[in-house]
Amino acid sequence: MIPVSDYYVVASILFAIGAAGFLTRKNLLVMFMSVELMLNAANLVLLAASSTHDLGRGSAFALVSVAVAAAEVGVGLAIIIAMFRLKASVDADEMTNLQG
Amino acid sequence: MDSIIDPALLTRIAFYLFAGMAVVSAIFVVAHRNPIVCAVALVTAFLAVAGLYLTLGATFLTAVQILVYAGAIMVLFLFVIMLLNLESDPFEKPHVARLVGGVLAVALMFGLVSILGGTETTGQTIRDGSTEEVGKIFFGEYIFPFEMASLLLLVAMIGAIVIARRQEGEPASLIGQPGAGAEAASTAGTAGNDGPIGSSNRPEDA
Repeated sequence: MIPVSDYYVVASILFAIGAAGFLTRKNLLVMFMSVELMLNAANLVLLAASSTHDLGRGSAFALVSVAVAAAEVGVGLAIIIAMFRLKASVDADEMTNLQG
Repeated sequence: MDSIIDPALLTRIAFYLFAGMAVVSAIFVVAHRNPIVCAVALVTAFLAVAGLYLTLGATFLTAVQILVYAGAIMVLFLFVIMLLNLESDPFEKPHVARLVGGVLAVALMFGLVSILGGTETTGQTIRDGSTEEVGKIFFGEYIFPFEMASLLLLVAMIGAIVIARRQEGEPASLIGQPGAGAEAASTAGTAGNDGPIGSSNRPEDA
C-alpha cells in the first residue's frame, strides 16, 4: 500500500498550485478553475484519510462535497456571465463597484 | 492467480504517474495565458485525480469524478469560455502582486506538507468505496444529507438561471457590442445601481 502521507503531499501541492493561481491571475474564469483545483485537493485528502478507517463513509462525504462543488460552479459561472453583461470583461481588477 | 508483476508495485507506479500528471496539468491551468488551454489542462488534472482515487480503491468516487468533474463541470466551463468569446488575456497582474501571491502559495505548500506529510495512520478500511457500499450508506444512515444535496442542486439550478437570465431589452448576443456593457453600467449607476437582478426596470428597456 502507498502511505497515506504521500497522498497528503500530492494534495498539498495541488492545493498550493490552486492558491497560487487564485492569487496571481486576473481572469475570473481561470481564478474559478483554481478554486476547483483546491476543492479537488480537499476531496483527495478526505478520501485518503478515510482509506485507513472507513472508505465507504469517506466516499459518501466526498460525494456530498462533489455535489456542493457542482452547485457552486453553476452559480459561479452564472455570476461571471452577469458580470460580463455589465462590464463586457472578465478582468477581476475591473470589478470595483464596491470600491474594492 | 499469480501475476508476474507485483500488484503493489503496479499500484505504486500508477500513483506516481497520476500524481505527476495532476501536478503538471495543475501548473498548466494556473500558468497558461489562453483560458481554453487552461480548461483542457483542468480536464487532465481532474482525470489524474480520478486515477489517484482509483489507487485508493474508491471506485465509485472515480466514476463520479470523471462524470461530474471531467464531464459536466468542464463542459460548463468550456461553454462559458466559448459564450464569452475570450481571447488569451493580455492583462496580467503587476509584478509585485504576482510575486507576493507566488511566495504566499509556496509558503502555504511547505506549511501543508510539513504538517500533513509526517502524519502516518495505519489500518484497514472496514468498508470499501464500491458503489454497493456507498449506496447502502446513502440510503441508510445518510438519507437526510443525500436529500439535502439534491435540494441544494435544485436551488443552485434555479439560482443560476435567475442570475444569468437575459434581462428584457438586452441584446441576445453577449459578444459584438463592446460598448454595451459600459453603457449599461453607467445607466445602472444613475438608476440607483441595484444590481443585475433588479436592474430590469431601466427606462430604455421599455
